Amino acid sequence: MDAFTQHKGLVVPLDRANVDTDAIIPKQFLKSIKRSGFGPNLFDEWRYLDHGEPGMDNSKRPLNPDFVLNFPRYEGASVLLARENFGCGSSREHAPWALEDYGFKAVIAPSYADIFFNNCFKNGILPIVLDNQTMDVLFAEAESQEGYQLSIDLDSQTITRPNGETISFDVEPDRKHSLYNGLDDIGITLQQEASITEYEAARKQRAPWLFG
Amino acid sequence: MAKTLYDKLWDDHLVAENSDGSALIYIDRQLLHEVTSPQAFEGLKIAGRQPRRLEANLATPDHNVPTTNKERQQGIDGIEDPISLIQVKTLDENCDEFGVTQFNIDDIRQGIVHVVGPEQGYTLPGLTMVCGDSHTATHGAFGAMAFGVGTSEVEHVLATQCLRQKKMKNMLVKVDGNLGYGVTAKDVVLAVIGEIGTAGGNGHAIEFAGTAIESLSMEGRMTICNMAIEAGARVGLVAVDDKTIEYVKGRPFAPQGEHWDLAVKAWNDLHSDADAHFDTVVELKAEDIAPQVTWGTSPEMVKPVTGTIPNPAHEDNPVKKEGIERALEYMDLKADSAISSIPVDKVFIGSCTNSRIEDMREAAEVAKGRKVAASVKLAMVVPGSGLVKEQAEAEGLDKIFVDAGFEWREPGCSMCLAMNADRLESGEHCASTSNRNFEGRQGQGGRTHLVSPAMAAAAAVYGHFTDVRDIEISRLSSTENGGDA
Repeated sequence: MDAFTQHKGLVVPLDRANVDTDAIIPKQFLKSIKRSGFGPNLFDEWRYLDHGEPGMDNSKRPLNPDFVLNFPRYEGASVLLARENFGCGSSREHAPWALEDYGFKAVIAPSYADIFFNNCFKNGILPIVLDNQTMDVLFAEAESQEGYQLSIDLDSQTITRPNGETISFDVEPDRKHSLYNGLDDIGITLQQEASITEYEAARKQRAPWLFG
Repeated sequence: MAKTLYDKLWDDHLVAENSDGSALIYIDRQLLHEVTSPQAFEGLKIAGRQPRRLEANLATPDHNVPTTNKERQQGIDGIEDPISLIQVKTLDENCDEFGVTQFNIDDIRQGIVHVVGPEQGYTLPGLTMVCGDSHTATHGAFGAMAFGVGTSEVEHVLATQCLRQKKMKNMLVKVDGNLGYGVTAKDVVLAVIGEIGTAGGNGHAIEFAGTAIESLSMEGRMTICNMAIEAGARVGLVAVDDKTIEYVKGRPFAPQGEHWDLAVKAWNDLHSDADAHFDTVVELKAEDIAPQVTWGTSPEMVKPVTGTIPNPAHEDNPVKKEGIERALEYMDLKADSAISSIPVDKVFIGSCTNSRIEDMREAAEVAKGRKVAASVKLAMVVPGSGLVKEQAEAEGLDKIFVDAGFEWREPGCSMCLAMNADRLESGEHCASTSNRNFEGRQGQGGRTHLVSPAMAAAAAVYGHFTDVRDIEISRLSSTENGGDA
């Protein structure tokens, strides 16, 4: 997994609440057995005017000019502003894979669905939670100022706006540590092998029916 | 200190508490399917790792499998979509290579993971259980801590039998009283989601309790826990009681002999202590719950069948108002019109929410002696597993459906998410017993209305939503009701 330390990037405002993972990456693209290549189909049903299927040449498909990601001024955006309960629904990790493959490094929203939030950290994406009032300010600025960029610093847990003002955000220490260092979660857990073996032996004593 | 059921399950699976506030939790069992496992197996291979405990994993293909009899007679070769075929084959290959037990497409035990687990007794009280599928909450109906995970965590559990987790908050949803005639578990959980919203349970484990929940069968409790995720909660729970234990007894993977006695003794403690603390408590009266129909593009956009479609003009919150307007436009519905006036083009009875034998019976009671309306293009019943199908056929339910004009299909996830060929065409309204009415969920441009099996069958018969309480429900014969009528 790529580490996330600092990032400065163009901001795109997606002004909808309850954006679900079916919208982020529709089901027909989950048939892939790979982890990569989902970016061109991110928000497929909103982004294109035709029906997308795996294997299509996406560069030849008609774009929906009304969808914010297609506005020329947001081309190359890497920070996504969203509303409440972003990433609700299906547990598909294809959702952060698609966001990451498209080029997003961070999402900023007032709240996220739990599974999606967790999946982001496994894929080098920083999901930041800010209150609604601050979100409204960021949405207004990203919509009114062309080329609007935010600088995000994970170490100091701050976002710097173009006017130089900073906004602090919370991130849980263990998630921060893993993301900041791009660590392999399985490797970290395996360092606790002795504890796992000890627990397993005790569990076998208490619940022998679970150990065939 | 008094503990909730969730507290007990958490404490019982705590391997280590880390100084950074996270915890290492032991996962007893994992269910695998073809969509969210290939990248996890690939990860193991790249890292040269092996599954830590093979017997802690059970696999079956469900999302991609075709459901017509013609296709299924050809086994895996009946999958026409070459990309779906690769995915199902990849599951076969990975299970063979690593030695994971799989009920493959030709096995009578194949079905939707969340139907298969309980049916096989693989789901047991007191377990921690995960699956790369958000509807894993289903298994909480057995007093198990079960939750959906992403593919990275599927791999993590395969390799370590553990997950790094944060403890969630406790929420109690208490439903007391008697459910009215024609009101089912599905209506209860839709009413709960309507009450607390799709984000209402974020960060919480929800325990469903109260006399109305206690009175439900295990199938009903599974329907309720299944949709905990639609209220934002990864975990849904119901306390263990005699019904739980009776359901599990004698199933293929259930403990036997001495182990059975030991297990039952342990399971009897799987309930919240009387004075346990819940961070949030929500109470509903069973008598207030009518059959529910979702009208919009989020499960919280739900109304009683007797109600009307909301008017965005009455909503003050601008984000919510825009959400209602967008949903009305997508669903092609008019504010203030009657729910019962919505016409239905297709009907889907199935999914991990409502494809168990009791759901089949509930729909059959309404379909019996009636005909699907001429205006309905397709009404399909998709049992949750090969064994549910077999039992339904033994009870003659398939005949009731076919005589009424429904298609009787082979088991799989089917039109719940339309990864296979079963899907809505753009603009079609569907009465569906599934769990999500998101835009495009059942096919691009498709319009989903979530309902109970009885309400779906009634919509099929009348061609529009109809209050199932207003129609006469046939009693199934003794055979048709599994011999226990």
